[in-house]
Amino acid sequence: MVPTSYFLVLSAVLFVIGALGVLLRRNVLIIFMSVEMMLNAVNLTFAALAYHFLQIHGQIFVLMVMVVAAAEVAVGLAIVMSVIRHKDTTNIEDVNLLKG
Amino acid sequence: MLDYAWLMLVFPALGALIISLFGTRLGRRVVGFLAPAMVFLSFAVAVALAIQLFSLPHEEQSHSVLLWQWMAAGNFSVDAGLLIDPLSIVMALVVTGVGFLIHVYSTGYMHDDPRFPRFFAYLNLFILMMLTLVLADNYLLMFVGWEGVGLASYLLIGFWFEKPSAADAGKKAFIVNRIGDFGLLLAIMVIWTGLGSLRFTEVFEAAPEVWGVGNIAVMTATMLMLLAATGKSAQIPLYVWLPDAMEGPTPVSALIHAATMVTAGVYMIARSAPLFDLAPTTGNWVAWIGVATALIAGTIALTQTDMKRILAYSTVSQLGFMFVAVGVGAYAAGIFHLITHAFFKALLFLGAGSVMHGLHGELDIRKMGNLRAKMPITHWTFFIGAGALAGVPLLSGFFSKDAILYNAFNYSIPLWAIGAVTAFITAVYSFRMVFMAFWGKERDAKLWSHAHESPRVMTIPLILLAVGALLTGYLGLPSLSLIDPALEPAFEAAAGASEGHANLTLELILLVVSGLIALAGVFLAYRAFLVNKDLPARVRAALGPVTKLVDNKYYVDELYNMIIVNPLRSFGGWLAATFDKGGIDGAVNGLAGVTGWLGTQVRRLQTGMVGLYALAMLFGAVALLAWLAIR
Repeated sequence: MVPTSYFLVLSAVLFVIGALGVLLRRNVLIIFMSVEMMLNAVNLTFAALAYHFLQIHGQIFVLMVMVVAAAEVAVGLAIVMSVIRHKDTTNIEDVNLLKG
Repeated sequence: MLDYAWLMLVFPALGALIISLFGTRLGRRVVGFLAPAMVFLSFAVAVALAIQLFSLPHEEQSHSVLLWQWMAAGNFSVDAGLLIDPLSIVMALVVTGVGFLIHVYSTGYMHDDPRFPRFFAYLNLFILMMLTLVLADNYLLMFVGWEGVGLASYLLIGFWFEKPSAADAGKKAFIVNRIGDFGLLLAIMVIWTGLGSLRFTEVFEAAPEVWGVGNIAVMTATMLMLLAATGKSAQIPLYVWLPDAMEGPTPVSALIHAATMVTAGVYMIARSAPLFDLAPTTGNWVAWIGVATALIAGTIALTQTDMKRILAYSTVSQLGFMFVAVGVGAYAAGIFHLITHAFFKALLFLGAGSVMHGLHGELDIRKMGNLRAKMPITHWTFFIGAGALAGVPLLSGFFSKDAILYNAFNYSIPLWAIGAVTAFITAVYSFRMVFMAFWGKERDAKLWSHAHESPRVMTIPLILLAVGALLTGYLGLPSLSLIDPALEPAFEAAAGASEGHANLTLELILLVVSGLIALAGVFLAYRAFLVNKDLPARVRAALGPVTKLVDNKYYVDELYNMIIVNPLRSFGGWLAATFDKGGIDGAVNGLAGVTGWLGTQVRRLQTGMVGLYALAMLFGAVALLAWLAIR
């Protein structure tokens, strides 16, 4: 039996890796993958705690997050495609139209 | 029938509405027919009402017509209602009768004006408002008419607004009148707070019980009303607007600034007779203000050379006489003079307009002369009008002015003496006009050769008004006076004031004296302006500085400019420069500046680097979680 805390630590490590990826990388696709990693880290937490407390809510939430993540990827990749067509780049620093 | 009094208001209202909406499309002929027709219908209703009213027994000659409840808030409620009594019906007859003749005259006089329909829309509006003023059965509705005639007067004085002087004169009239209007509004408030009603009948019933003679509240109310009357009726200190009001078209001067609107103050005081009887001190003020105005305006009229301005100052002077009458409690005499004055002064103004028409706008009597050869009808009617104004025996002004002087004599001898001197001056300046303009030799041959008589549409009203100026005086013959008993129901409470009828000998002596005064004035004018033509110049030289003072109208306009207008202007300039620009604009601009500055500072945070935003979000989320955890 693996203790729940192991899952939580793993989830925290994954989340931090994902967050650092979002913050430090410049490539839009990499940033996307990092976001996915953060979402899944959270999913892991939900699943672990649902098992720990023997409650079904956490597992349902995992499914919800997956659905939302899928929708988000669909929209996000469309935006990325549009940016590539207009600017021929995947570097996030080149997309700064709203800069004040 | 009396309940249909509102018909009198409906006709001019319809006229004003139709002409102002469709006037230009209807064309001159239709407008020129419609406007006088509407006033004539009003006049017909007024005549029918008068016949009905005077056939009733004396005690029943006061009839209220409730139209609708006008406003109600808490315990304050005012009805729109009309009061039909001898005073109001006589005023309505004068307004619609003289008004109709002037409407007819105007169709000729204004014939070539590009804004013909607008003129008649304004005139009908004026008639509506003036009838509202005289027929109202409470102070608030009267105030509506009071303001309405002021508006119509403003619009008509500034009718030729392309001329800066006309536009300025309109503004001056309106602003000076506002000072008086403010007095009337305050008086209405005093009456409401004191008596709890604004209906004339209720106010006059309650006033003697609640206030009593000489009470401070009734003094305040009447003094405020006096202020209002000095504004509307052009008395000292607010008379300055009336001479300038002559910038308007001449029929307007005749209708509004001689016959009707300017007498509103006299009417208001006469209507409020029961209140003025409770405040003898105010009555004293009214009489002395009136006689002082009469004298001062009379002397100014002596030296003016513009025909309309002479008539304007003469109007101020005659209104002063009416003030004397109502001030000493002889309300019927005041209204009597109001009626005769409406006829002969409207006649004189229309005569001046006819002269102006014949001489292509010339009004300087020094350039006229011998016009009687060219304009016989205008001359004869003007002659009758001047005679009535001068108080030549057997013409209308003689009887009414004598009634006033007789009552003034009973009140105070100095008051009578000043009034008699003014009557003499009146005779001199009225015949100065006649002799200089119509008699003697022509002074300007070119002007004279082009002079011509006015068309019939203008001369017929002149003739009808001349008949009025000849005959209205006989309504008030001392011994068979129709005026006093006719107006008596309106002045029931004031009956004690005019006790004088007992002394017939005194009345006859004074009658002869005032007739002699008038004839002496006419004779002096004849000597000075036709025989010894250097006499006026010698008198002017002998009087020296006094002449200069009178020539410049006692510098009253200059004085007002110095002590009121200019200080207010500089105060306004200071407010605009310092308070408005510095204070209000400063606050608004300052607020905008601070917001802008904050914006430039805060926008630096928006670098456009998404990573940085995400980092900020992360720190924010961590901080939030940390706070939740350690809370």
